Amino acid sequence: MSGKVVLYYFDGRGKMESIRWLLAVAGVEFEEVFLTTRAQYEKLVNDGALLFHQVPLVEMDGMKLVQSKAIMNYIAGKYNLYGKDLKERVMIDMYAEAARDIMDMIMMLLFTQPENKKSELEKVQVKAKVRTLPAFEKALGASQFLVGNQLSCADVNFFEASLMLEEEFPTILSSFPNIQAFQKRMKAIPAINKFLQPGSQRKPPLDEVIIKTAKEVLSHLFK
Amino acid sequence: MSGKVVLYYFDGRGKMESIRWLLAVAGVEFEEVFLTTREEYEKMVNDGALLFHQVPMVEMDGMKLVQSKAIMNYIAEKYNLYGKDLKERVMIDMYAEAARDIMDMMLPLPFVPPEKKQNQLENLQVKAKLRTLPAFEKALGASQFLVGNQLSCADVNFFEASLMLEEELPTILSSFPNIQAFQKRMKAIPAISKFLQPGSQRKPRPDGVYVKTVMDVLSHLFK
Repeated sequence: MSGKVVLYYFDGRGKMESIRWLLAVAGVEFEEVFLTTRAQYEKLVNDGALLFHQVPLVEMDGMKLVQSKAIMNYIAGKYNLYGKDLKERVMIDMYAEAARDIMDMIMMLLFTQPENKKSELEKVQVKAKVRTLPAFEKALGASQFLVGNQLSCADVNFFEASLMLEEEFPTILSSFPNIQAFQKRMKAIPAINKFLQPGSQRKPPLDEVIIKTAKEVLSHLFK
Repeated sequence: MSGKVVLYYFDGRGKMESIRWLLAVAGVEFEEVFLTTREEYEKMVNDGALLFHQVPMVEMDGMKLVQSKAIMNYIAEKYNLYGKDLKERVMIDMYAEAARDIMDMMLPLPFVPPEKKQNQLENLQVKAKLRTLPAFEKALGASQFLVGNQLSCADVNFFEASLMLEEELPTILSSFPNIQAFQKRMKAIPAISKFLQPGSQRKPRPDGVYVKTVMDVLSHLFK
């Protein structure tokens, strides 16, 4: 049925969460199929549904989309979250990629050996405080949104990243007042407000259950 | 001076090489400033030239662009290497991201100790042969180019990735005849043929000098 959007992933954040955020902000309803067994994953592969044998997979507009950045850029382009011209788009990409880098680093923490976890956490905190957040603080001092005076996927990606950072480092935004004000403005957007409510399709932080499921389903990556 | 394109990076491939390839194929001349000391890097940071304190950085069209994927997408769009509509663009992004994933797996190899390198090469080989190359083999069986019957940044990224794979794993393409034929066709494109000649701005494989330079300049990442 044309128009139906279906997400295939684990019942957890991982690399699908940023896509859930964008769809929610764009006001696009979506269904989810949660992978729980290796057999399910292998069936998807054998059916040819996963171009590179990887999830996330998003079925939309008659296509089976993979590669989380390809999917995010498509949603942004389709739902007017990608600026008005090429110059705005490259600025959006710059900020979005930096936000996605931070989220990737936080995600990798879950797969770190316990003895390395403390030093890896420290690296994330230093990178965020010294190299990433100051650039966003500066941009958000000059303007309500990161690029072009309108909401873009860079704002959505960064808002999500800022919440994830606070989950790991509760006081990390204390010296970034513009980012805090940005968060307040974003939370007031109806679609975002709704997504932050209990009962939405937003997923809680990754926990041991999800990690275990992911390692079983993608057992070929964890030998 | 408008129109001049300047690349700031190390004198080596790293995350800048894919950008060099795209500019070369687009027929865009560029100059390069090579980072060799920590002081040079710190000066760029203090001058505000590096938005997130990272290289690659590309000066073009009055902007200081960072984030390699943002830069590549900009060049692709500007020079007509990004398909004709949103649906072609997402297909291009899917294939380009998969090619970039493969190249990203090879980026750390010069920096890891020999005993780890063998294991990582094995992971790379399995992933490439089982999950990445078959998808490209299939697409290139149906068409001269990956998407939309015209050259795109997906073709350029994948061609580069295929050459890098052969450098690490010389026989890896032996069971992929469509990819081999694709390589022949790409090599015949004048801009690519020229870039493959000695004396072009294409960089050689990383060596000990390159590794040492990166570790000196980005010392904060190698503590």
